[in-house]
Amino acid sequence: MGKKVVERKELSLWERSYVPALIGGFNVTRKHFLDTIFGRKKVCQQYPEEPTIVPENYRGAPYLVKDTDDNTKCVSCQLCEFVCPPKAIKITPPGVDGQPADRANAEKMPEEFEINMLRCIFCGFCQEVCPEEAIFLLDDFSLTGGSREEMIYDKEKLLSLGGTNHSPIKKWEHKQKEAEAQDVFPVEE
Amino acid sequence: MDWELIVFNCVKVLVVFGVALTGCAYAVLAERKVSALIQDRVGPNRVAFPLIGSIPVIGPFLTKLGIWQPLVDGLKTLVKEDYTPDHVRKVYYWLAPMIAMLPAILVLAVIPFGSTLNFGSVAGYEIGVQKMVIADLNVGILYTFGIVSLSVYGIVLAGYAANSKYPFLGGIRSSAQMISYEIAMGMSVIPVFMMVGDLNLGEIIKYQSDNSWMLFLPGAGQHPADFGIWACMLVSFIIFTVAAFAETNRLPFDLPEAETELVAGFNTEYSSMRFAIFFMGEYIAMIAGCAMIVVLFCGGWMLPIPGYDVRAQDLTTGLIQILSFGVKTAFFLGIMIWVRWMLPRFRYDQLMDLGWRRILPLALANIVLTAVFIFWKHAV
Repeated sequence: MGKKVVERKELSLWERSYVPALIGGFNVTRKHFLDTIFGRKKVCQQYPEEPTIVPENYRGAPYLVKDTDDNTKCVSCQLCEFVCPPKAIKITPPGVDGQPADRANAEKMPEEFEINMLRCIFCGFCQEVCPEEAIFLLDDFSLTGGSREEMIYDKEKLLSLGGTNHSPIKKWEHKQKEAEAQDVFPVEE
Repeated sequence: MDWELIVFNCVKVLVVFGVALTGCAYAVLAERKVSALIQDRVGPNRVAFPLIGSIPVIGPFLTKLGIWQPLVDGLKTLVKEDYTPDHVRKVYYWLAPMIAMLPAILVLAVIPFGSTLNFGSVAGYEIGVQKMVIADLNVGILYTFGIVSLSVYGIVLAGYAANSKYPFLGGIRSSAQMISYEIAMGMSVIPVFMMVGDLNLGEIIKYQSDNSWMLFLPGAGQHPADFGIWACMLVSFIIFTVAAFAETNRLPFDLPEAETELVAGFNTEYSSMRFAIFFMGEYIAMIAGCAMIVVLFCGGWMLPIPGYDVRAQDLTTGLIQILSFGVKTAFFLGIMIWVRWMLPRFRYDQLMDLGWRRILPLALANIVLTAVFIFWKHAV
């Protein structure tokens, strides 16, 4: 690598009088001042009044979703609970005599599903690990509560906030159809 | 002095003090708004005053302007915890903000903010015609320089009291800076006094009212030497303004604070009301400096309109002249605020170079030149 010598230009007397710098500085600040005051340039967003539209695939708060038939998708496998780095997720499985799942092709669903939003770091591991596509990081980024207890979201709250998932991939519907097709498979001979 | 005059003077002091504090609060607001607009931001626009805020058009406009922000800021600093770090030197720590603020307020005492007000008799007491200056000192400008030179102690003391490195560096810088620019400042006003022949600030305004503003060709302009004198006054004005920036620690000379280098400089360890006192001191010093510029070079209270350019005879004229003084001061405050967001900070050696090797010789040459021109005018 060669050495590059940058020549320092000798400043003229006019430049050393600071006057060109003053004029230049004034022009720049004047331009910005007038642009802002007449609203020709808009940089700031008035946050609570103007809604924030987050980009697609934004990693907001994790919520549970329901399928298009309004059934809980979560099957209480607890993978998300294991993978969760800050241990924000706590799942209570239904147990042997617990409530059965409210959809076909699922053995069980969680009796209770809690996410502590104060612990959650919005990493998205839960969404990534979920085999049922039951948990998603949605658009919410501003979670508030009056107490720590309030910030622990339970299953009911998570499901209502998550809403319905309209993913085109319908794993269990597809499997069901496959199984039905197996039943009516024409056996020759 | 009769006791009603004592009461009157106390009222005058309180009014000036109140106006200065309010002005300083709104100068802070102006600073925040101007900086916001220059940096493509919005600035304070949230504080709404309960009833006024709900008036249809004006209320939201005032809120957007942030007009109530200073009230909230003041309340906040008053109720905030006054925290003293463990490692500070307690007595000096406690003393420094007061010493920093005091000189700025004392300077306000000699500034003639208006000509005269004819009160006549108020509530049966004879007040009569009163000069609109708190202390009409014959050595007004000497007093000002004497007091202004004390303001460095507050900052140095704060730097020493904080007992940690950044405030200490800030204090040291301020002592060097303020001492060097004080000399240039003192030298720059000498031509003005050579023209006027009096140190009384009121007399300087009277001279300007007889002739013209120091900035605009003082002395009629019949003699060729007048143009030379005018040029000297212009140089004087520029030097004085630059030195005023340096004396009030404003950018491009804010080395004692230098947020990007010294955390917050001399006031790093200060919080809540004590910090606010430093802050108020700085802004009152700005107001006082701008008022001095107006008095010395821009004709003080006089307006270039016949009838308003001489001492007021009635109350209305007097009040309009006070208002004109306020507007002129606000204009220079505006320049000071604008420059802060326009120019980068000087490096320490550049600052010293500018102060000692350029401005001081220029100020000295200016004195000699003014003397030559005055001699030419009167002797030839």
